Amino acid sequence: MSDFMLRAALAGIGLALLVGPLGSLVVWRRMAYFGDTLAHSALLGIGLGFLLGVEPSLGILATGLAMALLLTGLERRRAMLSRDTILGILAHGSLSLGLIVIAFQERLRVDLVSYLFGDILAVDATDLAWIYGGGIVVLGVLALIWRPILLATLSPELAQVEGVRVRRIQLVLALLMAGVVALAMKLIGILLVTSLLIVPAAAARQLARTPEQMAALAALFAALAAIGGLQASLLWDLPSGPAIVVAALVLFAGASAWRPAAHR
Amino acid sequence: MSAPLLSLDRVTIRYGAEPAVNGVDLAIAPGEIVTLIGPNGSGKTSIVRAALGLLAPDEGAVTTAPGLRIGYVPQDWHVEDTLPITVRRFLTLRGAKSKADLERALEEVGAAHVIDSPLQHLSGGESRRVLLARALLRDPDLLVLDEPMAAVDVTGRAELYRLIRLIRDRRGCGVLLVSHDLHLVMAETDRVLCLNRHVCCSGTPESVLAHPEYLALFGPRLGRELAVYTHHHDHDHDLHGRALEQGGCAPDGQGDGPGDV
Repeated sequence: MSDFMLRAALAGIGLALLVGPLGSLVVWRRMAYFGDTLAHSALLGIGLGFLLGVEPSLGILATGLAMALLLTGLERRRAMLSRDTILGILAHGSLSLGLIVIAFQERLRVDLVSYLFGDILAVDATDLAWIYGGGIVVLGVLALIWRPILLATLSPELAQVEGVRVRRIQLVLALLMAGVVALAMKLIGILLVTSLLIVPAAAARQLARTPEQMAALAALFAALAAIGGLQASLLWDLPSGPAIVVAALVLFAGASAWRPAAHR
Repeated sequence: MSAPLLSLDRVTIRYGAEPAVNGVDLAIAPGEIVTLIGPNGSGKTSIVRAALGLLAPDEGAVTTAPGLRIGYVPQDWHVEDTLPITVRRFLTLRGAKSKADLERALEEVGAAHVIDSPLQHLSGGESRRVLLARALLRDPDLLVLDEPMAAVDVTGRAELYRLIRLIRDRRGCGVLLVSHDLHLVMAETDRVLCLNRHVCCSGTPESVLAHPEYLALFGPRLGRELAVYTHHHDHDHDLHGRALEQGGCAPDGQGDGPGDV
């Protein structure tokens, strides 16, 4: 196995361990469109990062945090708008701002496609260190908020009465998602990163009986999709992001077809 | 009389210009069952939210006894199919410390048979019992139940109200109950507050039933029918009570849930 392929596979497995539990939470809490909004805003983060000369990942984290704060702020103000309308405004507003910021910087245009769809050749040792270092932080925080956030998903009022700081935990979850979008950018690309959160978790739902089973199965499916997708990408010279997502889709189709035999 | 577990003092809550709750006083003593009744929009849920600390009143004060532990049974309970979770796992989410605790709590509410069922498969009555078990696992000084009977049929309601009183008798905790059916709850409650944004009348269930303000709110025809029904129901309820004790396990009112064994 070539060096870059090994790095890409390790990156894929590292990400899979994150998107399993996090993606399950996204499915449970109906946060798919929020994930998309984070992904759209990531382009603004990249543009601002280059403009200010800081790491694009940090730019993505910053715009992701801004999106989370804007969303909760707008919702709390009772702007007479539904959540998906607010998210639509944030997603496309930030995407357009990002494209304009990038349009001002000549040398960035070449790289745009790899940011959108991922590029396994671009994964270097530093990225791997980020994925595993950042991944440990994300998983650690997730472990801390896992039970309270499950309770808050089932009944926010019950959680609050039992002493869970629901708003704060929601914000933490949004931040973790922004972090994973930033980490997944090189391998999957920002356009498809939400699908890596959703599709393996949706496949895992077909077979799981407890939240933890679903999170673990989703991580397994995501890892299989990453390895399968990367192989296909190498064999047929495909962009890595779409190849991984298509591999995840195949797993989802398989789990859905298998479920009626396994359950009820 | 001992100091109240929880008291609301001249509490006013506004959502717009009009107060949803206007100058309500309410105190719950240890071991007392207090029922709030009133039509839709009368401010029952707002008062409960204020009592739980989920909502800060615009005027007045909510005082709780030091170290008060509240067991809360929420009104809305719809578990999405997306989240796979069994009763057992639900009760261990910041709840039960040991397997024995968990089983004892389910036993106490007559829901031991659903321990491994997915939450989505529970009938209305079974979900109420599971939520009640969760509240009991906190060893509460005060149980707060917000319209606990919304998805439960009439027979199941009578059983659940009786269960709530039995829990009070056994544990000596206070109970704050929001209810639509005074006729069903009256045998199990100590004091009733009839609400319509303010406290219309309060006292024993019998005195509230006969109160002109209660009759004006629910209409004399409905008031009379409920009174007749009360008598009829008491009889029915006693039969159920005996059947319960013989069986040793509470049959659920809603036998059509897919999770029923």
